[in-house]
Amino acid sequence: VLLSRPACVLSDTRIPAANDTLRTMLLAVLSGFVFSAVAPFLFRALGRRAGWIVALVPLSLTAYFASFAPQVFAGEAPRFVVEWVPTMGASLSFRLDGLSLLFALIVVGIGTLIFVYAGGYMGDDPQTGRLYCLLLIFMASMVGLVTTDNLIALYIFWELTSISSYLLIGYKHGHEKSRKAALQALLVTGAGGLALLPGLVMLGFLTGTFEISELLQHGEAIRASYLYPAIVFCVLAGAFTKSAQFPFHFWLPSAMEAPTPISAYLHSATMVKAGVFLIGRFAPALGGDPLWNVTVVGVGATTMVVGAFLATQQSDLKSILAYTTVMALGTLTMLFGIGTEGAAVAAALYVVAHALYKGALFMVAGAIDHETGTRDIRRLGGLRAAMPITAAAAGLAFLSAAGIPALFGFLAKENVYLELLVSPALTAAAIVANVFVFAALAAVAYSAFYGAPVATPKRPHEVPLAMWLGPVVLGVLSVLLGLFPFLSDRFAFAVLRTLYAEAEPVHLALWHGLEGRYGVVLTLSVLTLALGLGAFRLRAHLLGFATRMARVYAYGPTRWYEAGLAALMEVARAQTRVLQNGYLRFYLLTVVGVTVVSAFYVLATRMPGAPYWNVADIEIYEVLLLGMMVAATIFVVRAESRLTAVVGLGIIGYGVSILFLLYGAPDLALTQFSIETLGVVLLVLVLYRLPEFIRASSAAARARDLVVALSVGALMTLLTLLAVAQPSESPLTRYYAEASYPLGFGRNVVNVILVDFRGLDTLGETTVLAIAALGVYALLRLRIEREAPPRGVAGQDDPQ
Amino acid sequence: MYSLILSTATRAIMPLMLVFSLFMLLRGHNEPGGGFVGGLVAATAFSLYALAYGVERARGTLRLDPRLLIAAGLLVACLSALLALPLGLPVMTAAWAPEPVVVVGKVGTPILFDVGVYLIVLGVTLTMIFGLAEE
Repeated sequence: VLLSRPACVLSDTRIPAANDTLRTMLLAVLSGFVFSAVAPFLFRALGRRAGWIVALVPLSLTAYFASFAPQVFAGEAPRFVVEWVPTMGASLSFRLDGLSLLFALIVVGIGTLIFVYAGGYMGDDPQTGRLYCLLLIFMASMVGLVTTDNLIALYIFWELTSISSYLLIGYKHGHEKSRKAALQALLVTGAGGLALLPGLVMLGFLTGTFEISELLQHGEAIRASYLYPAIVFCVLAGAFTKSAQFPFHFWLPSAMEAPTPISAYLHSATMVKAGVFLIGRFAPALGGDPLWNVTVVGVGATTMVVGAFLATQQSDLKSILAYTTVMALGTLTMLFGIGTEGAAVAAALYVVAHALYKGALFMVAGAIDHETGTRDIRRLGGLRAAMPITAAAAGLAFLSAAGIPALFGFLAKENVYLELLVSPALTAAAIVANVFVFAALAAVAYSAFYGAPVATPKRPHEVPLAMWLGPVVLGVLSVLLGLFPFLSDRFAFAVLRTLYAEAEPVHLALWHGLEGRYGVVLTLSVLTLALGLGAFRLRAHLLGFATRMARVYAYGPTRWYEAGLAALMEVARAQTRVLQNGYLRFYLLTVVGVTVVSAFYVLATRMPGAPYWNVADIEIYEVLLLGMMVAATIFVVRAESRLTAVVGLGIIGYGVSILFLLYGAPDLALTQFSIETLGVVLLVLVLYRLPEFIRASSAAARARDLVVALSVGALMTLLTLLAVAQPSESPLTRYYAEASYPLGFGRNVVNVILVDFRGLDTLGETTVLAIAALGVYALLRLRIEREAPPRGVAGQDDPQ
Repeated sequence: MYSLILSTATRAIMPLMLVFSLFMLLRGHNEPGGGFVGGLVAATAFSLYALAYGVERARGTLRLDPRLLIAAGLLVACLSALLALPLGLPVMTAAWAPEPVVVVGKVGTPILFDVGVYLIVLGVTLTMIFGLAEE
């Protein structure tokens, strides 16, 4: 493979006539990363107004992606490929089908409002530049994740969203709680990501392609494979942790430590839906088997009910919203697991409806917190007079969430119920969950704004335009999409077609009459609202229940997480005690011993012919040189001071250099000479610091060392003689020798290999070198600073 | 530990070694040499200076923090790898100027890459040696 297409050949690896759409697509996905570098400077220059400018990035992306809508609605899926390493099937490819477009538009659309909102919410906080930077990185990763058509790229974007989420949750890194929450989210989603990787690799190798659109064609082969259960496990582990499914849901409420714009964006509207997206993405290939459907539906339904119930147990605005988000994620997972066309349509509608109303409610919660200084629902009330616009936006969002007719949420919930009718258990679960969510959200949207005003830490005023614009826009969208359901027809159909190629067009309507299933569903909707109102009236009791149940909740998944983490640390400590005992001589003994034993074992079982043995070839100068080196070796071993030992080592090293020179490897000889010189300098510098040399080892220990040393020497001798005996006519050697000048324009083959043919290896090696140097530097500094008093961040910690 | 002989000799030898290291770097593509050896020779020159005059003066002569050299080297190497992208070629495709330049010889991205290696090796070695000598 390597010989036919070396990476440096100029002729045949050109990107095939890169067209303009390809370039814009790459630019669109990567633009977030590019602008993330600029955003901090923009904030420094413009202050709190920078949010409006930064929002132009997602705004233009929204327009860009929306421009593909006609194509996607027509059933096409524009695909853009940048061949990267074609021989290994690694390419950077993007594909916009209905599902991708839906998620991409949510990400950049809500992103636009979030950046504007963040500008108002963060005010003059000097760290806001970092917030914009990280949010843009996140947005770009998310856009990449939902638009990529390559498994490896998908994985990389997936991990990038986890990492940017970690950095964003830990935004207030001076607070210990933020750091803990960030680490928790990273560990949970990271563990899922780790499981996802083998799943994707198995998928890739099973189908022989890493292009998602191609491998989805092989659904039957995948489901028939013996690897299928493993793949399902791995993919779902990734999806469930990311989308906070029970029992991994606990990281999401903890993540509310982040500033509200982050919670609204990542932990409600976009990132947590990545898992749902993944399930939807692979459903055409992995779905259709009871293993997949039962697991996904079961976990989704459980999450839905648990999340909804726990939402009623909270008194913190953001916690309430976090748990209702868990409920929504459970619902979405369940819908994708059902695996019918109607469920797919319901999921698509529900994704949008939830992003609209939950994004708005989060921004409202942030506005309340911003204006009153508290998020505790028990200390809020009557804010409507002071914050009329926010109250109106909150009202719209709540009505949509509750599923009041003529709002988009109603349309979504009707469709959800319609699909659940097949199973009375699921229907009951959905009604219970929706009743709880109604009660929980009513607390946010109603209790905070109506009733008698309550004294709050700060005197509330209406928030600035930047902070009410988002909720209002989202609320108006909920109304528009709800009043005119046909607006969503073509989009829902496009999403449906990515999952079911032969699906019939979708026709959504507000009113279907009362016959048959539609009548039942309408009844259920009314029942949900009535029960929800009842539950809201009993809210105080539900909250009281929370205090009584606190001891039970303490044994929840958070506890499992902490116990697991503690156990992991204990294992790490134990194995460190055993393996990392701190004695360099034992490390050396272990490494050398294991190598010698295993190499001799391999040689004993598979001896590759006789070693080279021709005494007549030996020249007199070789004998002299080797004699000098052997003498120097004995001198080193017997030396009574370290300095003389170093000098002896130098003699051996220079002897090796001369050997290189004699056998026609001047490059190696040169390098060896320089290394020896610098090595001696380094050793002398180190020797300075060491205590006086004494022979502390026992005779037995020295005998053991002698045996190990002699055996490794014998092994290397044997291996060298064996290697020499092998015919050395490697096609690689000849190729490099011949191609060096015509292709690499250099007559020094060694150098051409280093900087051109295998330049990537060199780049990797030098990077390792650089990191090693930083490690050495850090170790040296650490010793110096230990004398000085430590300068930590301990002082910044929150007293709580 | 001041030695008159060492310090006087160093004054003459060190510039020579530095010139020699550049010579090594530039001839590397056709004759034995290259960025790695060149960087090592340059590092030896500064180590010699540090032995003769102390690390502080050696740092002063180098002007730049060795860690900066590491970063610069990585940057140059990555840049040389990425230069092929605007030309529409895969990353790390070598690009050469059509005509050789006086003294330097043929100019192309592999030479730039080698310059990066030179800087990294110099920076890494000096970071370690200065760090150890200073402690």
